[in-house]
Amino acid sequence: MTGEIERELSYVDAVREATEQEMARDSSVILFGLDVDDPKAIQGTTRGLLEKFGRERVFGTPLSEDAMTGVAIGAALAGLRPIHVHIRMDFLMLAMNQLINIAAKSRYMYGGQAQVPIVVRSMIGKSWGQGAQHSQGLYSFFMHVPGLKVAAPTTPYDAKGCLIQAIRDNDPVMYVEHRILHFQRGPVPESSYTVAPGKARITASGSDVTLVGISYMQIECLHARSYLASAGIDAEVIDPIWLSPLDIDTIVESVRKTGRLCVVDNGWVTCGASAEIVALVIERLQQIRPVLVRRLGFAPVTCPPTPILENLYYPNATTIASAVYDLVRGGDNGWMPKQRVDLQEIQFRGPF
Amino acid sequence: MQARFYRALYRIRRVEEEIAAVYPSDKIKSPVHLSIGQEAVSVGVCEALRADDVVFGSYRSHALYLAKGGNLRRMIAELYGKADGCAKGKGGSMHLIDTRARVMGASAVVGTTIPQAVGFAYAVKLQRKDSVVASFFGDGAVDEGVFYESLNFAALKALPIVFVCENNRYAIHTHQSKRQKLDNIWERARGQGMPAEQIPNNDVQRIYECISQSVGQLRAGSSGPFFFECLTYRLKEHVGPSDDFQLGYRTREEADVWLRTDPIEQLRAHLDPAERRRIETEVEAEIKDAFAFAEQSPWPEASELYTDVYDG
Repeated sequence: MTGEIERELSYVDAVREATEQEMARDSSVILFGLDVDDPKAIQGTTRGLLEKFGRERVFGTPLSEDAMTGVAIGAALAGLRPIHVHIRMDFLMLAMNQLINIAAKSRYMYGGQAQVPIVVRSMIGKSWGQGAQHSQGLYSFFMHVPGLKVAAPTTPYDAKGCLIQAIRDNDPVMYVEHRILHFQRGPVPESSYTVAPGKARITASGSDVTLVGISYMQIECLHARSYLASAGIDAEVIDPIWLSPLDIDTIVESVRKTGRLCVVDNGWVTCGASAEIVALVIERLQQIRPVLVRRLGFAPVTCPPTPILENLYYPNATTIASAVYDLVRGGDNGWMPKQRVDLQEIQFRGPF
Repeated sequence: MQARFYRALYRIRRVEEEIAAVYPSDKIKSPVHLSIGQEAVSVGVCEALRADDVVFGSYRSHALYLAKGGNLRRMIAELYGKADGCAKGKGGSMHLIDTRARVMGASAVVGTTIPQAVGFAYAVKLQRKDSVVASFFGDGAVDEGVFYESLNFAALKALPIVFVCENNRYAIHTHQSKRQKLDNIWERARGQGMPAEQIPNNDVQRIYECISQSVGQLRAGSSGPFFFECLTYRLKEHVGPSDDFQLGYRTREEADVWLRTDPIEQLRAHLDPAERRRIETEVEAEIKDAFAFAEQSPWPEASELYTDVYDG
């Protein structure tokens, strides 16, 4: 982040601005998905684009996630750069055949004769009763498959830079947005810029333990760091930004220093991004130094809509701090910081 | 035109007969889904297309690839798993591609390329080009939800695409009547909002005329899409080089009906013998050359394993 920037933008406006700038720069960029052209304009991320670029380049679609993903791929094979928007990541389950069997594989199985430069934007919901099928962070499915790239930006700055990179990228990119992050504001340069794949960011430095927070959990990890500081624990926090390709080097170097790693995922831990990150770190450091690890993520159940249970389902800054306290101090200490008003989680502003 | 049809049909038939002949040697390292018996559909359609028109196919696409002008040498090399294959040995028989001939891909998952063809047609329209797209699939693909989603969007946006359903009645070994309540695929396309017609009997001439007319209308600016259900018949087993009448899911008598009206035989009877011999001699030489090319092509380098996963 350079000195020129002090303009603040919301995550929503950062996404919108990235799209607008790229569509203005490159006439091959098109934007479609359910409701991208409706009055709510995907929380505002597509607002004004229809008026500016016209109905051929910006259009709402039938409720046909499977075919419309294939349409995106076919348009990409013809030289366009489609952005396909899904208001929930859960809906991508209807598009898995096209994403996994064609988008990810075309470059390879066609011997380099074809490429599929598509961007698939999808949103993860949280709270206010969104429940079982509006809340899933399923990006590890896509990390598993060679040929796909996965970005999960946390800040408005990275939201803009990752989206511009994703649009210009010649490979299919799964671009994951957390609905709660849409409310975030932060510095965003007006000019066009990219956030390169495979480069993580150390968002707070520390010496006692490495915290890796994915997507929205990055915010909770930074809050947890403040709680831990009050207990004399100095945590380093890393935002991977891109999950595929994953910048494991930055995480390994941090853990080489701290000897302790806690990965907090915005998804389930089993076979998830946290499992992958921990395994990669251990593979790299096991002969070099002892490492203590911990993974935190969604409870291994279906997301319940009632707030009483939902609060138990998600990690938050205090539960993360408590788990990391035990990781650093050893044992089961039962330490739980008292919640501070300034470190409360960002709440979804209902109603829908 | 008769001679052109004959050359194209004979060439595809003979290429696949050679594949079947070589298959027991285990030199072909790829499951092959032969088009023998179904060549007329690909030939009838592709003879009506221009070089810059685009096709997408299924795992049974040897005929489509060749009819559209895909490189024969590189196709055989692909089946052999060699470095000169159209996908450098990394696609196999089920994923033939030749972007120069505008054969834009084929998928082993039934119905999968239908929406890609639609998306390509969307791009063609947006780019103000006058080329058209032909989407090839079988009656099995009509069982898939993506078929209906794709037709709906193509009709909604009036796209320059021709849907070609190669109805050979079988999805692997299961007859259409066991999978679909009604035998009316073309009527279902009409219900989705596009002109549709059923063409019986592997009628290469009729297919050519229908596609020529449709494509002509599309180029003149008429709204697409168009839909044709072409009745045809797979003479060999679902996958592999042999007959499969011993399995009992179909009878030899059923196949005999189609053999009696085989367009290759019918055209042969009408051709001048000297011209026929000239065509056959040229095709045989081309096939011999292609198999020799595949035999001599090197295996891919080990580094190829990690090439083309991502750009650069």
